[in-house]
Amino acid sequence: MKYFDSGQIQKKLGSRLLLNQVAKRLFFLATLVGLVVLVILIYRVFSDSMGWINFDFLSNRLSTDPQKAGILGAITGTFWLMVVVAPVTFFLGVGTAIYLEEFAKKGRFQSFIQTNISNLAGVPSIVFGLLGLTVFVRGLGLGAVVLAGGLTMALLVLPIVVVSAQEAIRAVPQYLRDASYGMGATKWQTIKNVVLPAAIPGILTGIILALSRAIGETAPLVVLGIPALLIPLPEGIFDKFTVMPLQIYYWTIDAALVAEYANLAAASIVVLLFILFLMNSVAIFIRNKYQKRY
Amino acid sequence: MEKSIGQVRKMIEENKKTASFTNVVEKIIPKTLFVIAVISILTTLGILVTLLSETVAFFKEISFIEFFTGTVLKPLGQNAQFGVLPLLTGTLISSAIAMVVAIPIGLMTAVYLSEYASEKVRKVVKPILEILAGIPTIVYGFFALTFVTPILRSLIPGLEPTNILSPGIVMGIMIIPMVASLSEDALGAVPNSMREGALALGATKLEVTWKVIVPAAISGIVASFVLAISRAIGETMIVTIASGSSKNFTFDLTQSMQTMTAYIVEVTGGDAPAGSTLYYSLYAVAMTLFVFTLVMNLIAQYISRKFREEY
Repeated sequence: MKYFDSGQIQKKLGSRLLLNQVAKRLFFLATLVGLVVLVILIYRVFSDSMGWINFDFLSNRLSTDPQKAGILGAITGTFWLMVVVAPVTFFLGVGTAIYLEEFAKKGRFQSFIQTNISNLAGVPSIVFGLLGLTVFVRGLGLGAVVLAGGLTMALLVLPIVVVSAQEAIRAVPQYLRDASYGMGATKWQTIKNVVLPAAIPGILTGIILALSRAIGETAPLVVLGIPALLIPLPEGIFDKFTVMPLQIYYWTIDAALVAEYANLAAASIVVLLFILFLMNSVAIFIRNKYQKRY
Repeated sequence: MEKSIGQVRKMIEENKKTASFTNVVEKIIPKTLFVIAVISILTTLGILVTLLSETVAFFKEISFIEFFTGTVLKPLGQNAQFGVLPLLTGTLISSAIAMVVAIPIGLMTAVYLSEYASEKVRKVVKPILEILAGIPTIVYGFFALTFVTPILRSLIPGLEPTNILSPGIVMGIMIIPMVASLSEDALGAVPNSMREGALALGATKLEVTWKVIVPAAISGIVASFVLAISRAIGETMIVTIASGSSKNFTFDLTQSMQTMTAYIVEVTGGDAPAGSTLYYSLYAVAMTLFVFTLVMNLIAQYISRKFREEY
């Protein structure tokens, strides 16, 4: 009795193997799509910005004259924005993570906060803009200043910091905690002196990634009413400000009016991407250098 | 002897003092951290309350039915009309285009990385995809308007300078890394024994992947698609820049359409006076957007929790 028809198998084998080879190449080509687009995008931005990035561009203030326009104001604005976002996200994000990992009892409330955070991560950034507009700009009467923008951004990137800090804290092995308790340390002393120092590389990586998200984010700031045309430089967190993505936005949509604005937009994009690249490199460096594997 | 006992006593006293301080800290810290953790809930509540209260005000002026069945959106001037359908179609069409790009390419990338690529290739490709995912959306908007649109216009006659097609495609490219990385995680979680079993039965690599591995990881893969849709619906800057602000109610991809997100940008950028119908419409649209993305996210969570196969 024959269990299978070897002739039938032989007949089909050729097309099956062919299909296998075709699919393999197809999958490879699909993988290339993303890489090719990235190369084109970067090449395109660089070629458009050729000759526009120089010391004047970095040190001049904004101007309607493309030859005189610079992004010093936007860079200063981004700096002040980070002065607000960095400490607020650190405090809120790490605090929440410590609570969830070390203090909260496993149960309804803890999983409620957890679900809430993953849902917050999925809320469109523009909705955070409306929250900031209603609560910080109008409700607290702050106006479109650095503090209002920074608090809005901090809430927007909070889930990123919480999740990465949680992972970092969870990766600290239990025996380190046990050893600390064994030497008479209290819970908070253990967290402060043992858990956090061991988790800090992971936490810092998460915070840098969150900040780089905040630096590139545009939509919520447009909703807050942050202007793009702003000549005076911000000098504190209660000053009006503008940031690089907003300059890029207005230069891009006004490029129909003044062709050189497209070059200015491209030049700002190069500066923005360079800053993001630096921040990500630092994050990767910290991760590789200080991340201890237990 | 007397002296040293005194010293010990002193030490004990001092210890008690610091101990009581430590005890106070031990009591305060959990409460403080609890308050901090609650801020994330307050954020969600804040979003809900602000959106809901202004949306209710909006529906006092415009009826629910008029809003959701109206095909004309003309927020300014006399006889203003507030039908959300033009925005809804704009959002759904741009998201659909993005999915047509992101789902096949993202899934094939995930399959290649998880099943075919060597460790070396993976180590090169994954960081590059992460870079692609980390590029700010405003940059993609610039790319869509100044690069993709001109190319498409030379290929498709009759394509308007601002149209829904170009931002849809670019949005899809932006989402590829997200679909690829989430799907790859799902594929990677399928145990090797299943691959070996199928290979031992004489299946080709493609048959193993397509008939065994992908079905086994389908819950994670579908969840990644749903999250990608949610991301596309909420995406703002690409569509704002490249699709213009025409509130056309159409299914013609060559035309300019406005999405819900782009409408919010346009109205807030124009400084709508607080209390006007225009101002309230902002929140009604944002509420619709919020509900859409929230439902998508909940579906994704439900799928990956409910249908996850445990091996």
